[in-house]
Amino acid sequence: MFQFDEIASLPPFSLGERDKNSLFERAMADMTLFHFERCEDYRKIVRGLGFDTKSLRGVSDFPFLPVRLFKSHELLSVDRREVVKTMTSSGTTGQSVSKIFLDRETSSRQTKALARITSDFIGGHRLPMLVVDSSELLKDRKMFSARGAGILGFSMLGRDVTYALDGEMRLNLDAIEAFLDRHKGGNVLLFGFTFMIWEYFYKALAESGRRLPIDGGVLIHGGGWKKLQASAVDPASFAEALRSVCGVSRVHNYYGMVEQTGSIFMECEEGRLHCSIFSDVIVRRHMDFLPCPTGDEGLIQTISLLPWSYPGHSILTEDIGRVTGVDDCPCGRLGRTFAVKGRIARAEARGCGDTYEKR
Amino acid sequence: MKKDSVIYLTGSGIPDARPLKPYSDEACSFLAALSDLLSRHRNPPDVATLAFFCRRANIARLKSDFSSPDVRLGRGTVFHIAPSNIPINFAFSLVFGLLSGNSNVVRVPSKAWPQVDIVCGAINSLLERPEFSEFAHRIAMVRYERDDDVTRFFSERCDARIVWGGDETVRRIRSIPIPPRAVEVSFADRYSFCVISEESVMKLDNVAVARLANNFYNDTYLVDQNACSSPSLIMWLTGPRRAPGARERFWSAVWLRACEYDLAPIHAVDKYTELCCCLSRVDDVESVVRHGNLIYRLKLASLNGVEGLCGKFGFFFEYESDNIDVIASHVTSKWQTLTYFGVEKPEISRFVADNFLRGIDRIVPVGSALDISVMWDGFDIVRTLSRIVEIK
Repeated sequence: MFQFDEIASLPPFSLGERDKNSLFERAMADMTLFHFERCEDYRKIVRGLGFDTKSLRGVSDFPFLPVRLFKSHELLSVDRREVVKTMTSSGTTGQSVSKIFLDRETSSRQTKALARITSDFIGGHRLPMLVVDSSELLKDRKMFSARGAGILGFSMLGRDVTYALDGEMRLNLDAIEAFLDRHKGGNVLLFGFTFMIWEYFYKALAESGRRLPIDGGVLIHGGGWKKLQASAVDPASFAEALRSVCGVSRVHNYYGMVEQTGSIFMECEEGRLHCSIFSDVIVRRHMDFLPCPTGDEGLIQTISLLPWSYPGHSILTEDIGRVTGVDDCPCGRLGRTFAVKGRIARAEARGCGDTYEKR
Repeated sequence: MKKDSVIYLTGSGIPDARPLKPYSDEACSFLAALSDLLSRHRNPPDVATLAFFCRRANIARLKSDFSSPDVRLGRGTVFHIAPSNIPINFAFSLVFGLLSGNSNVVRVPSKAWPQVDIVCGAINSLLERPEFSEFAHRIAMVRYERDDDVTRFFSERCDARIVWGGDETVRRIRSIPIPPRAVEVSFADRYSFCVISEESVMKLDNVAVARLANNFYNDTYLVDQNACSSPSLIMWLTGPRRAPGARERFWSAVWLRACEYDLAPIHAVDKYTELCCCLSRVDDVESVVRHGNLIYRLKLASLNGVEGLCGKFGFFFEYESDNIDVIASHVTSKWQTLTYFGVEKPEISRFVADNFLRGIDRIVPVGSALDISVMWDGFDIVRTLSRIVEIK
């Protein structure tokens, strides 16, 4: 049976295609069977889809759940009493949210994997960390929203964690300056969600005309570009804009989701998103869900070796992307690389729908 | 109500010309002229369908079918609320309003369908002709964003209201009153199914199977299987002689036809999500067959709860039996259209009449599920929108 400990201490971008495939085939078989035996909904779905759990081989043959199922169903593969954390996606008001149930083990694997992956980019030492968000966000600890969980998860990688925004999402310049004073000349880590950083950090600084001395700092950000597409901000202009207001020299975007917290996909210096030994992606054609050839756009399926308390190890997302290569990134990291184009476009169905369009 | 929130594509204010008799010469001539103008448009195909429906011969046939011993007149002003996602429906609703002798306010879809511009443009050019000038007081085509105040304004001034478009809309609009004397016709969510005889599919040659598949496609994929008359359930009637392969033959032909279907990525995901939801919910799943993402077939071992199983974008539930009557106990008032193939009409009539069904308002051959006419959803719309003058 696949054990997480087998990979917990391996360098996260160290497995070549062949080794990784054999690891993932074995792990996927074990995880699929594990959830099949313990989660009734998962069992009914997988049985209905016609996957024979005994005769599967290639990684792309394994079943995947549509991500929206975590909104309509409470999917668990452990006893409810073992759940220590319930995470929710940060849907806007009125939308249904994903509910993800974590037991102690899955939760600790998430923390470990996240630390392993990010240390490959920022080093193994804990850096002083400036969180570009409001500390108010973490007031209710019982329900973790994706934003809160992301911040909390990343906070464990830093020290002297300081929040850059106040409860009203205004720049807390006193706190920021005191923080920078304490770590003058040293390396610091900035973390936040792409939109929050742009809206409340970059814009506020640009308007005030102030330039913060964070030269040499590293910025890690995630959460998607959707909200920024309206303002036509692309990754390059985002990085350049941030450099101009605070001098950060390295900017890493990441792709991740609350359904697979921990096994995030980091963007390297070459601008490619990387799968680690904890994760993989398959890009599928929407017409038949067959895997696309490298370079072709399709729906992104994400695989994570972390979820054991809920059947979230293989998920079909609603994002469009393309594979950019395997083991061939100039940055030297092994594993599959890919690019995300964005969320699939909503399209209205024909037919006798409701006259009063839902808003 | 803010006046500027309403855009008049045709007419102005509340049209309230004198009522006419059903199928009046005036209305028939107007529709014939409309048909002439619209028949120049081969596309979109639904505009061509409308033109074909309004042609003089068809209206004359409907008129001769409509025999009323009573004196009838239109009720006055009809307020039509058309669905946003069947582009041509607003025009059919208007046609029924005119045929029944009424003046009409039609709320067109707020979405910019080309059909709306084409039809309203044609009507406007007809209204400029002297012989149709009176119709300027019979037709107002309005466009407005969802706004209860505007809906209230028109509702308070109508003699009949037609609401197309599903339970949620009907509930919402019902909360906005119409005058005490006014009547309302509303079209709620419905459930439809299809009965196909296995043996008769086996008897078909390849051309005929392709034709059947094309008809089936038109009932379903053409409208994303999302019209209330599109079947979700396919009931296979088995005969004394087994016909193995009949179903695969049928579905292969449907697949060939559906290869043209433009399945949006989001709809592929919607459909897959719905399949997973069904699998977790339904205990009586016998098997699932997927032809890529074009066709999903879920075979049911029992009909319990079948009414709650609604497919979209090519997602069908199948059930087999040698006896059509087994379905009778599941039919509720929600059931609307039965499309059939290879079953004789007398057998179908017997099924409906002998089982004293609460539902099923339309029984049509496969391929005609979407054919709209003055009879719809169990109503004769022209009769409902006209009043009887009792003379003794």
